[in-house]
Amino acid sequence: MSRCEIEASHLFYSYPDGHEAIKDISFTISRGESVGIIGANGSGKTTLLFLMMGILFPDRGEVKVGDVPVTKKTLATIRRRLGMVFQDPDDQLFMTTVFDDVAFGPRNFHLDENEVKTRVEEALEMVGIPHLKDRALYKISGGEKRAAAIASVLSMKPDVLLMDEPTSGLDPKARRQLMNVLKGFRHTKVITSHDLDMVLETCDRVIVLKDVENGVKIPNITG
Amino acid sequence: MPKIADSIYNIRLLDDLARKNTAIHRLHPVSKLLATIVYVIAVVSFHRYEIVGLLPFVFYPLVLILLAELPVMPILKRLLWVEPLIIGIGILNPLFDPKGWITFASIMIKSGLTVTACLVLVSTTGLDKIAQALRTLKVPSLFVLQLLLTFRYLAVLIEELARMARAYTLRAPRQRGVRLKDGGPFVGQLLLRAFDRAQRVYEAMKLRGFHGEYHAYGKSKMTRKDILFLLAWSLFFMTARILNIPALFGLLFEGGSRG
Amino acid sequence: MMHMADALISPAVGGTMMAATAGLAAYSIKKVQNDLDDQKIPFMGVMGAFVFASQMINFAIPATGSSGHLGGGMLLAILLGPYAGFLTMASILLIQALFFGDGGLLAYGCNVFNLGFCTCFVAYPLIYKWITRKGLTSRKIFGASMVSAILGLQMGAFSVVLETLCSGKTELPFDTFVLLMQPIHLAIGIVEGLITAAVVTFVWKARPEILERAAVGKTLGGISMKKVLAGILAAAIVMGGFVSWFASSNPDGLEWSLERTAGTAELKASGGVHDLLANVQSKTAFLPDYNFKTATEDETNRYAGTSVSGIAGGALTLGLAGLTGWMIRVFKKKKAKIAP
Repeated sequence: MSRCEIEASHLFYSYPDGHEAIKDISFTISRGESVGIIGANGSGKTTLLFLMMGILFPDRGEVKVGDVPVTKKTLATIRRRLGMVFQDPDDQLFMTTVFDDVAFGPRNFHLDENEVKTRVEEALEMVGIPHLKDRALYKISGGEKRAAAIASVLSMKPDVLLMDEPTSGLDPKARRQLMNVLKGFRHTKVITSHDLDMVLETCDRVIVLKDVENGVKIPNITG
Repeated sequence: MPKIADSIYNIRLLDDLARKNTAIHRLHPVSKLLATIVYVIAVVSFHRYEIVGLLPFVFYPLVLILLAELPVMPILKRLLWVEPLIIGIGILNPLFDPKGWITFASIMIKSGLTVTACLVLVSTTGLDKIAQALRTLKVPSLFVLQLLLTFRYLAVLIEELARMARAYTLRAPRQRGVRLKDGGPFVGQLLLRAFDRAQRVYEAMKLRGFHGEYHAYGKSKMTRKDILFLLAWSLFFMTARILNIPALFGLLFEGGSRG
Repeated sequence: MMHMADALISPAVGGTMMAATAGLAAYSIKKVQNDLDDQKIPFMGVMGAFVFASQMINFAIPATGSSGHLGGGMLLAILLGPYAGFLTMASILLIQALFFGDGGLLAYGCNVFNLGFCTCFVAYPLIYKWITRKGLTSRKIFGASMVSAILGLQMGAFSVVLETLCSGKTELPFDTFVLLMQPIHLAIGIVEGLITAAVVTFVWKARPEILERAAVGKTLGGISMKKVLAGILAAAIVMGGFVSWFASSNPDGLEWSLERTAGTAELKASGGVHDLLANVQSKTAFLPDYNFKTATEDETNRYAGTSVSGIAGGALTLGLAGLTGWMIRVFKKKKAKIAP
């Protein structure tokens, strides 16, 4: 029986202006699963990720990561296990070089500098951009920035990766590279996207956000 | 608004140059920073009629530019555009003093020397290492981190601005610049976008464990070479300041021609 | 813009302003750290980038055919509060000094003071906050922005005058300088005020919570009046010391303008301080040297290179520099050949 990694029960969330974004959503995600979240713009995909990360808190309902509920007090633990990659890499890559950015997380854990270096190199290796280690961030392409953003989260060794529209704005080659990288990850993955082909290729299962309450299970596609 | 493109180009150029790998680039940033400061203090402490005594100070930027293989043209170009305040004040000197032209020349030379020294510092060190140097000199990490963030997002915001400016001028072809009336929404939009981005950056930082203090910028120790660099040049600057070397040469010349 | 440059100041003035700025910065950092809202840092960074970028926008001023630019000090104070605003202005100026040579390293302290302190710690709390103390309306925003921008810039411009005069690197007498600086900066201040007002009004209408948040993060409406007054008094004392020191060695310029306003008796009364300061000055090599009246014609010519020996000495120095440069290039080329 696979362990439950993330469990959301009866989530409700409304924006400050009153618009109800999430209406009674429940789902479970098992360890090692790749789940895609799809839906129209404005359907609440990013909001759902924010609720899982504890950036937003639900008006009603609860999110549990492992057995730990996501509350203000448990944020530090939660954020060690979950890593989120934002839609716009520029929001996430805020240091001046790739190395410093990927090192930001580990350094905040107060690891010693050698350990930090190892982690950075491993993370960059995993996303295929070890050669960009000392590059200035304004000098790399969109696809490379995406990879760097993912690396900046990987260096913290999370169990779960949350990704918000990872292939948006990428050219075909970069997109293909990213998809290959994602397929190689053994982390539990939650990916929001409009890119249905990518979701089909990389995800075991899909949650569709419409006016539906529960996720719809799509059988595994092999080959 | 050509100034926008020029500024980005300028910043990127200097930042690129800073990533080269020459002996000068490898020097510890603290020694370069302090050497530059001593240089500026020495140059600036000359009185207003000094011209000849300033000349030995040409050695420092000259040697560094050559050893660090820096391109001379961009620096010269930058020198040509002098701060309007300096020109304004400088030009008025002759009106109040028969020897005012000398003051003007002195100011111009001092300006050229100090600006060049600054540019040489940045192009051999880069903002990252200067930030490191500041931290070593005990500047609080709040200021340094914030400085790096400003620099990082400069390019992003300037690019957004360039896009907005292009869109604007395409629809207002006969105007030069943004009308004051449009200034509010124009700048305001940029501001709101910047504000939202700041919000997201904050979240990204929190998610990676940030809670106000950020300590590691990779410290390195100063070697003997670095200390020697600083001490040797500082000694030269002080000597040149106190002794007025060209005047001494001149005296020799005078003495020789009489004998 | 009215950036002070290294070439116009003396080490003494530069050093003093640097110390003053460092003190203000340390105080501001403490204040920002204590303000539990650690959101400030990314905001300071991104807003700093925003103001830097905005400074490049060309605003067409109607009916004059010329253009104006934004300084940003007031805007930063309004959006981030005075402490964070001050620090952000400081980092903008540092990047400008390093990458553009706008204002130098030594003049950095002066620039942060002129463009940061005068706006964030004087114009903002005393004028803007006071006018808007009972809430925001379009009119109040406009009025507050205009007045604080104009006065803030006037104060900054005046500081430039004082700093330059105290440094003694130029001949300009006090009143000419003032007559030059203040009107120009009045015009600049008006443009700044208009832009600031327009932007703040836009933000207030589009996303008022931004302004509200900036307002909430402060204690008791900003800085207490007592502290500000104490600060101004201290600054006045320091300024007074400088002015009298300057007057002691260059009596003509300042005395002349002072005579016209206050009468010679004023100067004589502070004789004790003058003499002390003049003594200190004559003993330290790095302080500005005003004593040209006593320098011989010969000496001046040598300094200025207008005599034979001056020219010869200068030429020899430049020749040595050229030779050194040539030698370095040869050396480098040889190295490149050996190790490709």
